[in-house]
Amino acid sequence: MLTQHFSRLSLAASGVALTLAASGVALTLAAVPAKASDLTDMRQEMQAMQRQYQAALAKLQHDYEAKLQAMEKRLDAAESKATAATQKADDAQKAAAAAQTASAASGQTAAAAPAPAVSATAAGGGNPQSSAAAFNPAIGAVLDGKGMVSSHNPNTWRLPGFALGDQAKPPPRGPSIGESEINLQANVDQALFGNLTIAFENDNSVNIEEAFVQPTALPWNFTAKLGRFFSGIGYLNEQHAHTWDFADAPLPYLAFLNGQYGDDGVQLRWLAPSNMFIELGGEAMRGASFPANSVSEALTNNHNAGLGAWSAFLHIGDDINESSSYSAGISYLGTRSSNRATDPVGGPPGSDQFTGVDHTLIADAVYKWAPNGNFAQSYVKLQGEGFLRKESGAFTALNFAGTPGVATTHSLNSGLQSGFYVQGVYQFMPFWRVGLRYDQVHAPSLGPGFAGTTLDSRDLTPRRYSAMIDYSTSEFGRFRVQYNRDEARPNPDNEFILQYTVSLGAHGAHQY
Amino acid sequence: MNKFLLTVASFGFALFASAEAQAALNVFACEPEWGALAKVIGDNDVDVFTATTALQDPHQIQARPALISRLRNADLLVCTGAELEIGWLPVLLRQASNGKVQPGQPGYFEATSVINLLEKPSRLDRAEGDIHPAGNPHIQTDPRNMRVVAAALAKKLAGLDSAHAAGYQQREQAFDQTLGAAMTRLQAQAAPLKGVAFVSYHKSWVYLAGWLNMTEAANIEPKPGVPPGSAYIAELLDKIPSLKTRMIVYAAYEDPKPSQFVAEKSHLPAVMLPFTVGGDDAAKDIIGFYQDTVNRLLAGLGGKGG
Repeated sequence: MLTQHFSRLSLAASGVALTLAASGVALTLAAVPAKASDLTDMRQEMQAMQRQYQAALAKLQHDYEAKLQAMEKRLDAAESKATAATQKADDAQKAAAAAQTASAASGQTAAAAPAPAVSATAAGGGNPQSSAAAFNPAIGAVLDGKGMVSSHNPNTWRLPGFALGDQAKPPPRGPSIGESEINLQANVDQALFGNLTIAFENDNSVNIEEAFVQPTALPWNFTAKLGRFFSGIGYLNEQHAHTWDFADAPLPYLAFLNGQYGDDGVQLRWLAPSNMFIELGGEAMRGASFPANSVSEALTNNHNAGLGAWSAFLHIGDDINESSSYSAGISYLGTRSSNRATDPVGGPPGSDQFTGVDHTLIADAVYKWAPNGNFAQSYVKLQGEGFLRKESGAFTALNFAGTPGVATTHSLNSGLQSGFYVQGVYQFMPFWRVGLRYDQVHAPSLGPGFAGTTLDSRDLTPRRYSAMIDYSTSEFGRFRVQYNRDEARPNPDNEFILQYTVSLGAHGAHQY
Repeated sequence: MNKFLLTVASFGFALFASAEAQAALNVFACEPEWGALAKVIGDNDVDVFTATTALQDPHQIQARPALISRLRNADLLVCTGAELEIGWLPVLLRQASNGKVQPGQPGYFEATSVINLLEKPSRLDRAEGDIHPAGNPHIQTDPRNMRVVAAALAKKLAGLDSAHAAGYQQREQAFDQTLGAAMTRLQAQAAPLKGVAFVSYHKSWVYLAGWLNMTEAANIEPKPGVPPGSAYIAELLDKIPSLKTRMIVYAAYEDPKPSQFVAEKSHLPAVMLPFTVGGDDAAKDIIGFYQDTVNRLLAGLGGKGG
């Protein structure tokens, strides 16, 4: 009788120990792929382990119960029927308590044991992926297509007073695929995250849009990026163009940043420990993208060569109430150029050249509102960004008055160039949105000395009015129709743009 | 200039000091049910911030700046998981740069990790709508799941804040008893609901149906996350009589119009359920949420919608 009790106790004890050991293993395993941003892989692994664990636990419990029952049968036989009956009930309770204690003592995974909603498939389990495939990065692709009808030739599009980069132009006429993007991302190891975005351009050229490594375990809430990335300046700049609310970039983005500023370099950000969102950041970059052009400097003896762009930014944001929130920011971008070649109005391509420094200041603000903060039904999003820029150095062109056809260099102080856009988007029912946008840029007149050159603004203010409506088939597919009345040129242009954007495979969460 | 620097320095210090002064464990809860549960178990030992309300669709939350800064200061993240928050949580985790709450760390807790999920899709294809590969994540509608999550969450809190471990365990046990008693009462009240079939807007109710032995017979959404077209609604209306359903059920955050339309055409009551804590005035806390759910279902059985 006494030995039977002892063996029963030791059986219960070994059950507890096994449960603890099993859950310990599960927890240790779960802790290894730490710092995952690649949630899909993590989750699959976690679930596979959970299933294995639950299967093991179920088996353990089954064995334990079977043994207990066998013991109880022997007990029944040995003892008088009356005492056995009460004893049995008592023991069943004890066993239940022991199981409870075991699972209670062994952390979250073990708590699945007494789960009431356990399905019959709990012990089924799934096969973990083979290790070669299990560590594949998350792969996503974005297909973007446009169709454009316009009354003027898009190739002669200019903003008076601005030397423009190669991307500052309307989409091509007729149907065309825009940028098709492939994105790969995964945790490199416990300390690093890697991201690669390859863009296939309409002309079949391939462009590395982003290729960066991000340390995931920096102290004091610092984050960093190394490699090629979109700069954190402004609001739209860091977002991929296919997530924008209009089919094209606002005029100041075209004039000042050649659409979007991305470069090779280092970025450091710090998030303040306040309830309000306050983030400070800065970047040091190579200066390989318009408005910078400092790559050719690398061949000179300039000791600064190879570091031709730098930035600093402050972003803040908070909830205003349950229904509305905002974000705002102020950013600075400085760039250096050495013989930056751009295409003049009606002259040989690349014959305009600029050597000097650009200072660009951007202020941005975004406000979002949805009834009760529920963005599923309807919402309003208002946003605007303002730009100021000063360009100083030397400008070389073939079409200076008095020296036509001869490359002549004049010293340049652009004065304060400016530009802004404001836009609003309204989702009036799920999957349907409408939007309005106004944008303009302005370059002060540089006087008769620059008359006839690209930088002669004639004191005009190029402006544009846009309206769009879009329909999403789901979070992953969207069709858009946009109308622009473009007053960049003396005769206003009417542009109709049709756009589709779809996303395949892994799809990153959207930024604010 | 010196004065300016001093001001900046003291501002910076004030920011740090305000963060350090909070002795309580900072909990970032993705959904109201987990926020309420963390508060019940943590009481004054935790400072709970809930990212969403019961009137917001948890699938579609904006990665707002306030959420990033709150997550940055969190010691523990409590979310549903099973990819319910896939559209917004990853961006918060990336931007918050808080090592403590990253997946795999002790400060990262998914409620679905301790529950065996139902309705695992047999075919993973986005043509099937907004499906969750791990299974249906809407576990909070079954109080039995809530008890399991509560036990796991108490362990989690005790592990992170061992000085107050006893308090977490005590409050969890007290909550377990209260909820257990409430369940006994509610199950008795809900006896008439046994075997009752209903149509729901979104596929959110498998766990509730399991608890009360009800059947979620059809959905107004043709596929999860896809709004119904008129052709599909007509098809559904034809089908409803043969399903022998007794009511149309929708969640507080959902647009009531499609559900009310189907209810009217099929002569069934449209029953709004709170779906989580705070979904309506009666669902003030976890017990109230279950009580109100049963009350509203019983009213629906009696032909009364609302």
